[in-house]
Amino acid sequence: MDNTTFDAKPVINGSVHTSLRHDSAHKHVTGSAEYIDDMPEPAGTLHAALGMADRAHADILSLDLSAVKAAPGVVAVITASDIPGVNDVSSNGSHDEPLLATDKVEFHGQPIFVVIGQTRDAARRAARLAKIEYRDLPHWTDIKGAQANGAPLVITPMTLKRGEPETEMQKAPLRLQGQMEIGGQEHFYLESQIALAIPGEDEDVTIWSSTQHPTEVQHMVAHVLACANHAVTVNTRRMGGGFGGKETQGAHFACLAALAAKKLNRAVKFRPDRDEDMAVTGKRHDFRVDYELGFDEEGRIHAVDATFAARCGFSSDLSGPVTDRALFHADSSYFYPHVHLTSQPLKTHTCSNTAFRGFGGPQGMLGGERFIEEIAYAVGKDPLDIRKLNFYGQPGSGRTLTPYHQEVEDNILLQLVEELEASSDYRARRQAIIDYNENSPVIRKGIALTPVKFGISFTMTAFNQAGALVHVYSDGSIHLNHGGTEMGQGLYTKVAQVVADAFNVDIERVKITATTTGKVPNTSATAASSGSDLNGMAAYDAARQIKERLVEFACGKWQVEAKDVEFLPNRVRIGSETISFDALVKAAYFGRVQLSAAGFYKTPKIHWDRAAGRGRPFYYFAYGAACSEVSIDTLTGEYLMDRTDILHDVGKSLNPVIDIGQIEGAFVQGMGWLTTEELWWDAKGRLRTHAPSTYKIPLASDRPKIFNVKLADWSENREPTIGRSKAVGEPPFMLGISVLEALSMAVASIADYTVCPKLDAPATPERVLMAVERMKAM
Amino acid sequence: MTSAIRFILNGDDISLGDFSPTETLLDYLRLRRRLTGSKEGCAEGDCGACTVLVGRLIGGALRYESVNACIRFLGSLHGTHVVTVEHLAGKDGKLHPVQQAMVDCHGSQCGFCTPGFVMSLYGLWMANEEPSRAEIEIALQGNLCRCTGYEPIVKAAEQVATERPSALFDPIERDRAEIMAKLWTIRASSDTITVEKDGKRAIIPGTLAGLAATLEQEPSATIIAGSTDVGLWVTKQMRPINPVVFINHLTDLQTITEDETGITLGAGVTYAQALSVLEFAYPAMGRLIDRIGGAQVRNMGTIGGNIANGSPIGDMPPALIALGASVTLRSASSSRTLLLEDYFIEYGRQDRKPGEFVEKIFVPVRNEEAFFAAYKITKRRDEDISALLGAFYLTLDAEGCVETCRIAFGGMAGTPKRATSVEAALVGQPWSWNAVAAAQMSFAEDYQPLTDWRATAEYRAITARNLLTRFFLETAGQPQELVRFEPEEA
Repeated sequence: MDNTTFDAKPVINGSVHTSLRHDSAHKHVTGSAEYIDDMPEPAGTLHAALGMADRAHADILSLDLSAVKAAPGVVAVITASDIPGVNDVSSNGSHDEPLLATDKVEFHGQPIFVVIGQTRDAARRAARLAKIEYRDLPHWTDIKGAQANGAPLVITPMTLKRGEPETEMQKAPLRLQGQMEIGGQEHFYLESQIALAIPGEDEDVTIWSSTQHPTEVQHMVAHVLACANHAVTVNTRRMGGGFGGKETQGAHFACLAALAAKKLNRAVKFRPDRDEDMAVTGKRHDFRVDYELGFDEEGRIHAVDATFAARCGFSSDLSGPVTDRALFHADSSYFYPHVHLTSQPLKTHTCSNTAFRGFGGPQGMLGGERFIEEIAYAVGKDPLDIRKLNFYGQPGSGRTLTPYHQEVEDNILLQLVEELEASSDYRARRQAIIDYNENSPVIRKGIALTPVKFGISFTMTAFNQAGALVHVYSDGSIHLNHGGTEMGQGLYTKVAQVVADAFNVDIERVKITATTTGKVPNTSATAASSGSDLNGMAAYDAARQIKERLVEFACGKWQVEAKDVEFLPNRVRIGSETISFDALVKAAYFGRVQLSAAGFYKTPKIHWDRAAGRGRPFYYFAYGAACSEVSIDTLTGEYLMDRTDILHDVGKSLNPVIDIGQIEGAFVQGMGWLTTEELWWDAKGRLRTHAPSTYKIPLASDRPKIFNVKLADWSENREPTIGRSKAVGEPPFMLGISVLEALSMAVASIADYTVCPKLDAPATPERVLMAVERMKAM
Repeated sequence: MTSAIRFILNGDDISLGDFSPTETLLDYLRLRRRLTGSKEGCAEGDCGACTVLVGRLIGGALRYESVNACIRFLGSLHGTHVVTVEHLAGKDGKLHPVQQAMVDCHGSQCGFCTPGFVMSLYGLWMANEEPSRAEIEIALQGNLCRCTGYEPIVKAAEQVATERPSALFDPIERDRAEIMAKLWTIRASSDTITVEKDGKRAIIPGTLAGLAATLEQEPSATIIAGSTDVGLWVTKQMRPINPVVFINHLTDLQTITEDETGITLGAGVTYAQALSVLEFAYPAMGRLIDRIGGAQVRNMGTIGGNIANGSPIGDMPPALIALGASVTLRSASSSRTLLLEDYFIEYGRQDRKPGEFVEKIFVPVRNEEAFFAAYKITKRRDEDISALLGAFYLTLDAEGCVETCRIAFGGMAGTPKRATSVEAALVGQPWSWNAVAAAQMSFAEDYQPLTDWRATAEYRAITARNLLTRFFLETAGQPQELVRFEPEEA
């Protein structure tokens, strides 16, 4: 055996289940990681700026762009009449979202025209010079206004029903009704939307887009330009954050850049200002939940009837599946013996709300947790006891069927929650807080332990597919490409680990390359937490094919059986001989073996019938639990995050440090949604919280002072996912619900915990103070 | 007349005469120098993705401060050393310890905010070898991260604090003497610099007298000190401003003097500089200043600018009014001093005549017997503009009755304004819960606050009353305030 050509190390660098830093970490800290605005611009690149409506709902009577065109540095002004294809970017084919408004505007800030300038500054200045005459039409910006005005629904609502909710509600020993308001949320990705379009020959155009969904951008551009998909190539190396805000919302900017680039035959870059980005792009949906609960003196739920009304904005975008997912998670972690849930996706004169981490799930779960809180205060028990009493049961318990008729087969809730209950010392701390509050007139504390159960898969079954492309070059280096996009979540790192692991070679050999529609076609959005489940499996499939060819080749050349070919770290044992991986690859090349493969994966078992409200929309569930403690000032409503303990289930983690990072970040983002992040529209329909000066995401000093985050390392996915791991992107977002409930308990102390404070979200200091005032008036 | 500014960018000496008066440092770095490590996240000084360090001579020392390049204008950089993220790693690619700690602690995810964090951490690392968690959080108030939840970044700050490799490795320590010498040379000239582009002028006077003379000739000029407010006129409102006069480099405006009567702050003293002296005299001032903007804004923004721009909120004016501060306005031919509360006439209108500039602020010496508190109420605790800010100053006579009482609020009216009715209801009364409860009714006479995105009128009204309660409890030795870090942790 010749050991000289390779290092006979026992394990490779970067296999799956090991903690490996983000692949771009060095580039991030040196400022050399390239985002689209950092790329060298092609010679003669022009810059785009939006002309936006300053009415919430109006007919456009006239549009005078002469001053815009005459402004210094302006090259062209683009309106809807310049669109050769279809003036529409609706992601669901409903044709309700014009790229540029024509005769009517339906929200304040809606794009009407685009200025193309020599510089971005020139374009931005010129964009303000338009003279537009409007005839105002009645507008409403919120759910209340929409309901009062009989607003249309943007899409067919969904209903989930099981059992006999009407009759069981009547029969329940105790009943109550209530309402909860849940605010929306701005994504606040640090890198705003951006696209760079470079025209090519014929109908070709290449676009660098900060998008979670290059394929959809490709299709939208083709739709707008009236060309075939094959003429459009969309590339995405990395995003400076996405969180769902770049699932459909990037298409507008990419389409407009491509439109201008093809019209002018010049490269065009479109980077909106932060304020414009926030005014134009969709956000997390606000919801109002109207509920009726039937339960008994023990606190056990008998029946639930709830309507989830949502502020969808002016078009449907993803509001259908978002409001669906809200209903899918309105059970949170609890078995509802009889249930009726319905959605109300309302049209409003605001930007079109869209995907945001959790995709309606958080709003649904928040409703479910409010139900528990209501019952706990009604029967005078610790909400955690009510939670445990109502958890889904184990198979055979008769308490496993969801409102959408899927069995919960992989329930680890009780084990997870009880472990956290013990490790966080929940019971003793709750008692200590109750004691503290008795003697503290102004500062009050609260604690809450809340669970998470989140369904994994796109509810649109077709989206649960992925492709990958793997090349092994003749020097043994590996090129990896797949349909998933990198927005900071570490997907590229995880998939590279899968490939390194499959070949049993050091991860340094695996070159991560930018996502492009030219290499892997017809991809789904990197969304629904599905990135590593889908793309990891597709990449594994590609690697497997190449490996099989290498084994077959080795069997022929060295006259051994397949079982005698073993991939050791960076080397291959063939019978009694061991050669380096490189040597095998080189030999295979000379043996005319195809060293490139396209991999594919589709999630098994899932199906969904929306009209019937039945099926198995989710392949599996991811679980978690958080225990948060807070302090509030009852004079001002201000609060502090004192401590949070988290135990979260990622199955068998592909990369523990990346998963911990996802959990910590998601928790803080969820906490922000429920505390200081408030969207505020004025009477004219203008979003006045349009920048970080007015819209407040958490800071370092807002995170829990004590922050303990642990993976449930005993958990393995029961389904054969990649490495038995579980999705991690969205589920931990909902751990933030523990903060709202802890604030609620602190407020409840004012009335000696006898009344549910009904603290709505976001629980800004103002909302907390007003809830305190309500409690004082009890 | 000189027509170019001079500064050092990383390792390069720059002499620049070709720039627009409102060209930002960030655009210059990214578009003209292709230094694309610094990012634009908001263009308003709130997210910190553009954070760079600016070194300047203060007294005899060269001090580096984190600033927001997105709202910093080129004209404000004369005689400084600008350090960007590209300057940190060694030429061999070896990461600076601050960068390495961010890698090791997994402090980046999407990476877009990371260069800004690295620069803020670098500034902290340079200034503080043993930062507490409280100090780390204060240093990071001006940096937003949407991915990590901050825990790994704070850990990186802690981990790197004690790592001090040989001085030569650190790019600033390595060249400190040489940089100082160069900056002294630049500063040696006191000529007024005027740069003109496309009919717009930036004027950079070399002395205070030069400033007065400039303003006499250009009474409509926009004075720019820290540009934490004017920066947004340009980046957000795209307001044409011409000419602009930069004053942030004028050391004569940066003096801090203390005598037996009180503290005098030059108008160009930044929040960060004012902090050290004010927090010593009035601890409540220290806690307040720590919550104004982020570190970058406090390093740029000036006390004089905060007064001159006439914001209805403040945050310094209500606190200074409660302390009985006065302001001195100067022009080429005159100088006058008035009580700060008289400077604010109505929303958008101040008592500053054409040609005048704010020269200094005087804060009376602390009366050991007096009580003083300033409470900043915001949606988010740090780096947020106040929904309201209440400042309270109180002395009691021998009988325990209210002798002097000055209560001023920001965010409750069109200007920072005293609560004269509440004060009247308290003066002469025993300082008791009954008197406080009775006086609280008078807030409605003093203020009719508005509803906006920061708070409703109702919240402002209730909270203003409650802040008097909080002040009473504090004076009674029963402080009831949320405290994230106990003094021993801070």
